[in-house]
Amino acid sequence: MIELFQRSVLEENLALVFFLGMCTFLAVSKRFETALGLGAAMIVVQTVTVPVNWLVQSFLLSEGAWAWAGLPEVDLTFLRFLVFIGVISAVVQILEMTLDRYVPALHRVLGIFLPLLAVQCAILGGSLFMVERRYDFGESVVYGFGSGVGWALAIVAFSAIRERLRYSDIPAGLQGLGAAFIVTGIMSMGFSAFVGVRLP
Amino acid sequence: MLPTLRHLTEPIVDGNPVTLQILGICSALAVTTSLSTALTMSVALTVTAGAASLLVSTLRRHIPSSIRLIVQITIIASLVIVIDQVLRAYAYGMSQRLSIFVGLIITNCVVLGRAEGFAMRNPPLPSLLDGLGNGIGYSAILLIVGTIRELLGAGSLFGYAVLPTVAAGGWFQPLGLMLLAPSAFFIIALLIWLIRSWKPEQVEQPEFRLRTGPDGGQA
Repeated sequence: MIELFQRSVLEENLALVFFLGMCTFLAVSKRFETALGLGAAMIVVQTVTVPVNWLVQSFLLSEGAWAWAGLPEVDLTFLRFLVFIGVISAVVQILEMTLDRYVPALHRVLGIFLPLLAVQCAILGGSLFMVERRYDFGESVVYGFGSGVGWALAIVAFSAIRERLRYSDIPAGLQGLGAAFIVTGIMSMGFSAFVGVRLP
Repeated sequence: MLPTLRHLTEPIVDGNPVTLQILGICSALAVTTSLSTALTMSVALTVTAGAASLLVSTLRRHIPSSIRLIVQITIIASLVIVIDQVLRAYAYGMSQRLSIFVGLIITNCVVLGRAEGFAMRNPPLPSLLDGLGNGIGYSAILLIVGTIRELLGAGSLFGYAVLPTVAAGGWFQPLGLMLLAPSAFFIIALLIWLIRSWKPEQVEQPEFRLRTGPDGGQA
């Protein structure tokens, strides 16, 4: 489990190794505080959606999941994309309402970021990886949390670098987007150094 | 040139969704390690973008604006399911290599961005061309990155050896870095630099300028 957590945070970082969630990664990383908020929202949403999608996949979509209802031949796996997107949007919405009702302080911090995450490649990607790699329920919880932490780590570090970069003298054509990509590339190289690292 | 064709050609360089608007790179770069996966992904995305824009535009007068995003996502997701099933049926190996990235076309900002930003306000034909044009603009970037990565990383194109590698008795030493994730970021950055040197009006203004002289003259 610890190995899976460590691998999902560092070695298989969703942002820097699988390029997931790049749009938000580049668009919402201009300031450190917003990046921190988005990172925290990402951890929460990812930790909830991956296990929920695991339940949906195992008990509704996978082949033979309807055997208890006398329909052993029903195979709904082709609906996976549509259902996962629906589940993610619903979870984001419910999460927003729950936070607003019970933890208003947290809602003030994360509120504006939650809708952004409803259609985000990293969230859908996390759920699809969970299916493809056939995790069990416990692993899906750890993977959801770990991949969220990894993505948050990447965006927080990136935004800190980017704040410094604001004062640098960059060639005109690389200004903004170009420099952001180069920094991400260098960070990605840094993260690839974690490949093969094993905790004792 | 016909005015409607402008919708098709404009997004290829002038308004390229990847380099100008940072849209859609989410799912783009991971499939560029070889040219064949990049090409399959490009075709899949262009078809989805074109068809989604066409459908959304056809239905635009019937979609209530409060639920328009959900309707658009449902349309896109249904199209992606069709493409995924077609790939599984006729190109199973390719579908395995693309792994989850076909599914991620759903969350690709290019498709949703064009559906929301253009197709909701324009008639079907221009929307179709706009969707296809953006798909082609995106594909162009994907194919350029894919060509560079496969050629320099493995010495081959579409799996056929172009540069004879040292391992196969030739002279070319493959650059392993090209097959790893960071190279894609660097290639995109250089492409952006290239396009912006050619079209200087795309250059972003820096937030702060450096002072050069004691009088605070601008750099």
